Amino acid sequence: MSRRKAVTLLSVVAIAVSLAVVNAHSFGATAPQKGDVLPDIKIPVPLNNDDKAYLGVEQGAFFTIPQIKAAVVIIEIFSMYCPYCQREAPEVNRLYSLIENDPRLRGKIKLIGLGTGNSKFEVEVFKKKYNVPFPLFPDEDFMFHKSFGEVRTPYFIGVRINTDGTHQVFYSKLGGLEGAEQFLRLIIRWSGLNEGGAQ
Amino acid sequence: MRTHGVVKVALLVISIVLASSSAFGRSEAFKGNIYNPGHLKPVDSTLKVKVGEPAPGFELPAITGERIALSQFRGKKNVVLSFVPAAWTPVCSDQWPGYNIVKDLFDAYDAVLLGISVDNIPTLFAWTNQMGKLWFPVLSDFWPHGAVADTYGVLRSDGTAERAIFIIDKGGIIRYINVGDINKRPPLEDLVEELGKLQE
Repeated sequence: MSRRKAVTLLSVVAIAVSLAVVNAHSFGATAPQKGDVLPDIKIPVPLNNDDKAYLGVEQGAFFTIPQIKAAVVIIEIFSMYCPYCQREAPEVNRLYSLIENDPRLRGKIKLIGLGTGNSKFEVEVFKKKYNVPFPLFPDEDFMFHKSFGEVRTPYFIGVRINTDGTHQVFYSKLGGLEGAEQFLRLIIRWSGLNEGGAQ
Repeated sequence: MRTHGVVKVALLVISIVLASSSAFGRSEAFKGNIYNPGHLKPVDSTLKVKVGEPAPGFELPAITGERIALSQFRGKKNVVLSFVPAAWTPVCSDQWPGYNIVKDLFDAYDAVLLGISVDNIPTLFAWTNQMGKLWFPVLSDFWPHGAVADTYGVLRSDGTAERAIFIIDKGGIIRYINVGDINKRPPLEDLVEELGKLQE
């Protein structure tokens, strides 16, 4: 075997192995369950000042979900193309309103949406169509989606952020809210939000 | 193992890895009823029409029971044809529900959307019912099987259609063709951008 052929062969094999490892890592992911920590995803800091202020992540180019200034973060994994997510959008907006209109909860529970396979344009279409008041982020290349175990949509994850900077998932479920009030009560109870220790 | 044999195996590994990495979102609206055909050959047909040519005419049955002819829009509306490969498959099930919430964008460009699949009417009826009430006609190119798709050159060798978009202006001239990778959903902004060019 010539030196050139050997180098080519080794390069091809190295690329194949690297891709296999990276892919296996992504596909090995499952949706985080109660007690788990979140996958380490970095989300671009929003350009919109209102979204920045809501999340409290005004520094740097990227943030992680546990860096959001809140005691509880509810993550909605959705898609502009998902009929269930479209139907559920008004109820999720109502959840946001219930939180924001309650002085005991405002600032403590925050919502974000990750638009699975959606471009920035598509996320903006969804936001405008349903007047979504909380920050939505595109996930055009499905990288977040893979990290979250390629769940179907809509999928909701509740995360408790502790004062020491640690966090735990306390809610992880496929499907809709089944009523904003009931969902909120469950989130408050399961997160232990009324037990103190929140940020 | 000989050099070229090892390279072939490595390339096969790469292609399998890349193929398996094409992800798609799946709405819970369809529950567990979406059949995953796996990674398919991105394009499996040869176009028979070109941009600038008159669009071949057709008349197809819609799931509403009426028949829709391309000619009925001549001089009145721009027409977007959205061919999707098959009902109850992953990417297709995500595509039309997105179009369903942007009627205003089509209206802004004085365009109608015609969704076309080679599935039969009962199948299309059951499938699209899961998407909510669609504002655009859904047409069945089932019999003669895929005849319209074949006329446009987007009928694949397995009898399904390509994931293809044609924009036809009010004069009946094809202004845009996109035969994309069947495994991926075309970005909405590309379609909107092309619709915008109709007004230039």
